[in-house]
Amino acid sequence: MNILIIMSSVFVLSFLIGYVLISRVPPLLHTPLMSMTNAISAVTILGALLIFTDTTNVPGKILGAIAIGMAIFNVVGGFVITDRILKLFKKG
Amino acid sequence: MWWEASSSLTGFLSYLRKVKDAGNIECHRGNHQYGLGAKGINPMDFLFNLFIDIVIILFFILGVSQFRSPKRARIGNLTVALALASAAIAVVYRGKILEPGIVAIALMVGSVFGWHVAMRVSMIQIPAMIAFQHGAGGIAAFLVSFVELARNTNPGISIGKVSGILGLITGAATFSGSMVASGKLANVIKQTPRFLPKHSYWMAGIIVLIILFGFVASHSMGHKLVYHLMMLIILSTLLGLVFSLRIGGADMPVLISFLNATAGLAAAFCGVIIENRLLVACGATVAASGSILTHVMCRAMNRNLLKVFTGFQEKVAVDWTQTTATGWAEPENKIVTVDKEEQALPEKPTRKDPLSEAIEAGKESKRIIMIAGYGMALAQAQFKVVELANLLERLGKQVKFAIHPVAGRMPGHMNVLLAEAEVPYDKLFEMEEINAEFKETDLAIIVGACDVVNPAAICVEGTPISGMPILMVHEAKRVVVCNLDEKPGYSGVENPLYKERNVILLLGDAKDSLDSLIKGISLDS
Repeated sequence: MNILIIMSSVFVLSFLIGYVLISRVPPLLHTPLMSMTNAISAVTILGALLIFTDTTNVPGKILGAIAIGMAIFNVVGGFVITDRILKLFKKG
Repeated sequence: MWWEASSSLTGFLSYLRKVKDAGNIECHRGNHQYGLGAKGINPMDFLFNLFIDIVIILFFILGVSQFRSPKRARIGNLTVALALASAAIAVVYRGKILEPGIVAIALMVGSVFGWHVAMRVSMIQIPAMIAFQHGAGGIAAFLVSFVELARNTNPGISIGKVSGILGLITGAATFSGSMVASGKLANVIKQTPRFLPKHSYWMAGIIVLIILFGFVASHSMGHKLVYHLMMLIILSTLLGLVFSLRIGGADMPVLISFLNATAGLAAAFCGVIIENRLLVACGATVAASGSILTHVMCRAMNRNLLKVFTGFQEKVAVDWTQTTATGWAEPENKIVTVDKEEQALPEKPTRKDPLSEAIEAGKESKRIIMIAGYGMALAQAQFKVVELANLLERLGKQVKFAIHPVAGRMPGHMNVLLAEAEVPYDKLFEMEEINAEFKETDLAIIVGACDVVNPAAICVEGTPISGMPILMVHEAKRVVVCNLDEKPGYSGVENPLYKERNVILLLGDAKDSLDSLIKGISLDS
């Protein structure tokens, strides 16, 4: 039960802070915003890394490796694209 | 194939149980996480872990809050990237990685591939790329949930188990849904909504099965659990597929935003099973962001989410005499296609043709607003648009760009495309900011936009776009339309604007039309 309370309060709190902060982002930056939050959602890479802190058998290792590969693809790709997009915006 | 994998997974489960019996498992859930709920961790370590988590979350918030102006956003993006990197380093540092070789190879391959694709993708392909990445995030989320659930030796139901199952379902559905969305956005599969026979029944059936298997899985263990989870993955993947197929056309920006939210949600669920606060916090932030964007997109199209998800479209049954009565359709018509001869000789104005009229309008006007739609991007005409804008500015005219929130294939896409064509962002105006200015505008130039400037949305009832906020282009003194044809846009609603007396139609490839406009204006001035 303890975990449920802690995790749901972390979720609600982060959702609220995120909501307040992100609703102030101008529409001009909505594409880079989505691109960056997309990279953040690959925070599951932490979970994928944790798979390997335990003894695992072959299918576990394969799935874990795929998870890491996909997550890091998302992380690197997301942040690089966001930066590329943001670089395009220039003031007149 | 899959049963082989599952049998070895079952083997792996019994192995874990043996290890537990030997009393070595004590640190299994304890050592690899640095979150709460880990028993047997000393208070100093606990506080230290909490401190690290809070610092990393603060950096995330700091980064996201920089998204106010493009310059600061770049720093924000870097901040968030560093925060994520340090979180990963913290994980590697705390829990010993048993297979550093495999991890290193997976990291290398994934990041090289990610970097390579990210550097090469064109700005017009960004929506397809981002949808694809949502899918990659979904895969990671459901795989992590799957492996963690399969490791779970706890019989009966628990919070972690339920959450893991939810993470698995959301992750798998996000994965297949995003792949369909990405295919549609990249034009690999048809963009229009596709309906299976009895589509809604299929959806409902799959959802019922998912609930059923989810319930059974949460109460099972061992190899049965693994089978149930595999069934769940298959069903959820089907759900995502069936769900996304039905959404298309103008609703794509809603779909991509929604998938953004579900990818975040999957990460958050995944965070509960491994008891990691960072995953939950980040997942929740992403879910919030995705929800906001979904809401903004729905509002900008005056569609509710349910209609988008069911692919519902009102039938276009409009009495066009009604529009004539309200003053949008005049009998006179000026549709003449720009043909090659006219382009070659723009210096010979023959009063009656639309091109020379448009050139004249361009020269006479003082205040000009350009409206770019996705058609501009499809015609690759953005650089011509900017060339025209620069020319008009050199002639001492005021030029602004008006952008509708749903122009493009994802939220804010048109801003990026124009920024790429080197329009300074202080000339890009959102719909709310600029709509009041159309009354005092001498000339509005529309390039590849139809539905977002269709006055039928605000003056005719019962069309698919009725009630959708539009750019008030019809209030401008004169309008030049550089569209491919006068066919309706995605909504299928005819645009009465084209029949207005003060509207000049330059039909044909926008690049050619703009080119002849530019030549005409620069030759005579």
